[in-house]
This record gives sequence, C-alpha cells and structure tokens, in this order.
Amino acid sequence: MSTETTGFLGWIDKRFPLTKVWNEHLAEYYAPKNLNFWSFFGSLAILVLVIQIVTGIWLAMSYKPAAEDAFASVAYIMRDVEWGWLIRYMHSTGASAFFIVIYLHMFRALLWGSYRKPRELLWIIGVVIYLAMMATAFFGYLLPWGQMSYWGAQVIVNLFAAVPGVGEDLAVWIRGDYNISDVTLNRFYAFHFLLPFVLVGLAFVHVVALHRVGSNNPDGIEIKEKKDEKGIPLDGIPFHPYYTVKDLTGVVVFLAFFAIIMFFAPTFGGLFIEPPNFQPADPLQTPAHIAPVWYFTPYYAMLRAVPPIAGSQFPGVLVMFGAIFIFFFLPWLDRSPVKSIRYKGIVSKVALGTFVVSFVILAWLGMLASTPTRTLLAQVFTILYFAFFLLMPIYSKLDKTKPVPERVTV
Amino acid sequence: MSKLVTALILMLCPLLALGAGGGVPLEKAKVDLRDKEAMRRGAQYFVDHCMGCHSLQFQRYNRMGQDLGIPEPELRERFIYDGGRPGDLMENSMRAEDAEKWFGTAIPDLTLVTRWRSPDWVYTYLKSYYLDPSRPWGVNNAVFADVGMPHVLAPQQGLQKAVYEEAKHGEEGHGPLEGLELVEEGSMSPEAYDQMVYDLTAFLTYVGEPIAEKRRELGVYVLLFLGVLFVFAYALKKEYWKDIH
Repeated sequence: MSTETTGFLGWIDKRFPLTKVWNEHLAEYYAPKNLNFWSFFGSLAILVLVIQIVTGIWLAMSYKPAAEDAFASVAYIMRDVEWGWLIRYMHSTGASAFFIVIYLHMFRALLWGSYRKPRELLWIIGVVIYLAMMATAFFGYLLPWGQMSYWGAQVIVNLFAAVPGVGEDLAVWIRGDYNISDVTLNRFYAFHFLLPFVLVGLAFVHVVALHRVGSNNPDGIEIKEKKDEKGIPLDGIPFHPYYTVKDLTGVVVFLAFFAIIMFFAPTFGGLFIEPPNFQPADPLQTPAHIAPVWYFTPYYAMLRAVPPIAGSQFPGVLVMFGAIFIFFFLPWLDRSPVKSIRYKGIVSKVALGTFVVSFVILAWLGMLASTPTRTLLAQVFTILYFAFFLLMPIYSKLDKTKPVPERVTV
Repeated sequence: MSKLVTALILMLCPLLALGAGGGVPLEKAKVDLRDKEAMRRGAQYFVDHCMGCHSLQFQRYNRMGQDLGIPEPELRERFIYDGGRPGDLMENSMRAEDAEKWFGTAIPDLTLVTRWRSPDWVYTYLKSYYLDPSRPWGVNNAVFADVGMPHVLAPQQGLQKAVYEEAKHGEEGHGPLEGLELVEEGSMSPEAYDQMVYDLTAFLTYVGEPIAEKRRELGVYVLLFLGVLFVFAYALKKEYWKDIH
C-alpha cells in the first residue's frame, strides 16, 4: 500500500487488490507478539478443513452412495483403489482431528476471554462453524453404511420424532422414508458434499471478522490501544513472516501426531472408527450397544441423563441442543472486568476447570452403556456443565481479579 | 499447568472402574503379521475347511498371493477350487436361502471379522466349542452362545466338555463355566490345534486389512521425514524470531 507496484504485479493490482489483500491480512496484519501454544489451533483448523475437502473429493471418486453398494465401495477403496486406504484413513483420522483441534481452539477462547467485546460476532460465527461441522460429521458418518453408521443415524433422527405434535412427520421428512434407507443415504451424501464448502465460506467470514477486531492474546488486553506514531500496535508483529513460520512448526508437530494415529492406530482403539462399523448395516439387527463417535458423546450422555417427562424424550433433546446453543450467549454471560483467565480469580478458574472435567466425563459416559450409577453421574455433570454458563453472570462479577498489565507480558 | 493436568487426571480415575466389562475372557492371539508362513498355512486351512460356507467377498486371490508370497501356479492348484481366475474375489457358491434353511441363520462373510469382533475373539471362539446335546449340532460355544455353526474342526481338535463350578448353595443346576476339558482326542495334539487356530486367526487378521503391515512400514518413513522437516522449520522460526523481545 505504501508504494505503487509495477510490472506484472502492478498490472494485477490495477485490476485486483492483490497486494492490498496480502498486506492487510498477512504482511501488515499485526498480531500480538505474546501468542503461545494455544494460538496454533486456528491455522490448524484451516489445514484440517483442507485435508478433509481434498481427501473427501478423492473418496467421492470411488464411493457409491447407494444402500446396496456403499459398504462394498468403502471396502473397494480400502483394498483395490491405489492408495485408497491412505486417503480413507486420512479422512477418518481427519474427522476426529478436526474436532480435537476445534475443541482446543474453543478452550483457548474460554481461557483468554476471546468471546468478550469486541469479539462477540467473531465468537458467534465460530459457534455457527461448530454447528455446521457437527452437521457435516453427522451426515458423513452414515456414508460407510456400517452397523454403527446406520443405527447412530437412526437414533439421532429419532430425536426429532420427540418434538411434540409434528415430531413423527418431521423425522419422516428428514429421512425421506420410515426408516434410514437408500433415500436417506443419498440425501446425506448430498449434504455431506455441500456443507464443507459452506464451512469454507464461514471460515472466511470468521477470519474477516478476526482481522477487523484483531487477535486476542493470553493477557486478554487490546494491543490496538497502544500504537506508535505510524499507527502500528507497539506489541504487534506482522503475521507474515513471524506467525507463518511459527505456525509452520506447529503444523509439522500436528502432522506428526496425525501420522502416528493414521499409520499406527487408524481406528484409535475403536474411538475414531468403531468396530461395529466393519459390519454392513442391517436394519433387522440392532447392535447391543449404540454410541455415537466420541466427539458427540458429551451431548449423547446429556440426552440420556434427562428422564422422560410424561413419556416424552423431548426434554432430553432440548437439554442436548441447549448445551450447544448456550455457547451463543457466552459473550453476555461473562461479567468479569478482565478477559483472560490469568487475571481472573480462583472461582472463575475452578468454574472453567469443572466445565472441562464435566465435558470430558460426559464424553466418557456417552460411550458406555447406561447403568443407574452412570446415569446419576451424567446428571450431576450435566448440571455442572450448565452451571458454568448459567452462574457465570454471578461468579464472574463477584470473583476477585488481579490487576491487568498495560502491555502484553512475554 | 502441570498441577491442573494432574488434577484433571485424578478426577477421571473413578471412571476406569466403570469401564470394565463382563463376559468370557478372550485368549490373546498375539498375531504377528510378519509371519507369512503362518498366514499361508492359515489361508490353506481357510480354503479347505471354512470357505465352503464362509466367503471373503472383498479379498482377491492374487492379492493374497502377492502379499503372502504364493506364486500364481500354486494359487491355481491349491487355493482356487472353483475354476476361477486369480483376480477373482474369494467368494463361494453357498446360497443365502440354503444357509438359512440348513443353519437357521445367514452365514457371515469373514473378510472383516477380525475388525468388528477381534483377532482374540476369533482365536478363542475356534477353541471354545463344547458338547451340548440340546443344540442341533450337538455342540455349543462358550464365546458365542447357541451358535448356528457346527464344530467343523472337531476332527482336528477332538471334542471338549464344559466344566462348571458347583452351584451356589440352594440354587439349581450349576454355577458359571469354569473351563473346557478335552474328552475325545482329535487327529491333532492340543498344541498342534492351537497352532492351526493361530494360523487361521493370523490369516483372517491379514484379510481384515491387507495393507496393515505396509501401512506401519510407510509410517516410519513419514515420521522420519517430519522429524527432519521439524528441525528446519524450528530453525527457521528461531531465526526470524531472534529479534522479537
């Protein structure tokens, strides 16, 4: 922007703001210099999204979205297609990796208070991305047409049948049939192909919003408030090259973990690919134990924790969706005078710790068959999960805080 | 940070107790996918004893030949019994309706059996048949109760009977299963039969994921590459960041 470009680049810049975009979003986008480990997961999320789209397109070249052929076509990809096994394992590992990365990315936002003013909209777009991801994962999980694919989809679609009055019709409308069938598989495939591109659009909007308000940092203070005479934040450094080279290191470490799972434990002990999914879908034989993939199990545990009221599962469904939608309200629930957990008091720290523990324990419980003890545990941790959000206006306001520094601490 | 992690782990400990399950304990098969000799023997046992009923509908003869080191003439002579070609899938001519009539149930394809059950399950299952006159074939299985399949390997293993613990005082019948005892010898010694079952399990484990061994080999090279790349990436980062304080 400072100097006029010439030559070929000049020709482009007169017709498309290439240099301007490059500068605004990379070379002259100033990020806080104190970003740490937790800030790797944003760029990693983009990487995983790209991995999923590229491997997904290559899988689609050999996959057949029909009840008769789907299972066999996956076996064909794993055995007869050149490098098909690698592409498929990349995709299945990528699905779980995506959720791990996003959960850590969201946890970072909770740590640093990245949902607080002026980043409310950035956070809301993020929650929408999370919802779109869940939908994509749900549609995709039906495609291998294994027993768990089939019965998992059956259970989730039946949740909609619990809606009072219109439930049954709604479930039939979603499935396109009275059961999960070939019709359902076809439409789920269509949505599974479409949604990743919606995710790309949402991720773009997310980055645009981020660059409008600027990156948060572990201290939760605004670097834009202290600028030099040229208008550059004193604690800011250009994203490129500093964070591009730093993120590159993060990418290599991430890929190493990814490769360890993909090459040495692709099913990850039955967590990333569940054993019953190596059996073709059989509508007449319900598996002894149906559990969704690990990234959905916290919500599944909550669903099962709520007892039916007047014979209806609807309250459980409401609690489950409520647990996700409550994230939208977070920017207005936190009343603490400081953003980052570093300067919050002990109550906020315990609350966040309890929330994380509740989430992990609920995830665990959601994988297991329910027993009275486990249901009781799930109820306790569901309450703790919601307490983190619902009591936040009180405890965040009352909690003692430490003084926030003027400049970032390195 | 480390205190936080420790606290988290401690809080999760009670869950370990909840994770334990019941059922007959499975023997460990300890399959070694580099033991091609065992897998070749297992393949031979499979086509001789199992394939009349159980197909391997996703496995090709020639892929098996390449992976296990069986040359094509041998493949045609000793493995392909239906006049098929080496590129064919390992299917059989059992019709589903007939199977239903004869065994009361559909006969599962075994291509992926070690993946949705487990190698240990297959290994233990083949060793767990016992005499039970109440069943149509006169045998039952300790791992798979009331299984429809007869004890096809009885000529090799012989026949076992179930030994139960004594019933608790005041209860009828008998207590839980204690073990199985050979009552009629087969053509093989128990050790030789165990080896045969191991060979079959190893073969089926291979069939469950033919690429498994190469996958791990490739993984080592990928990790070595990433290790080297990390050194350069980290050095680059260090170089750029040295003037940021």
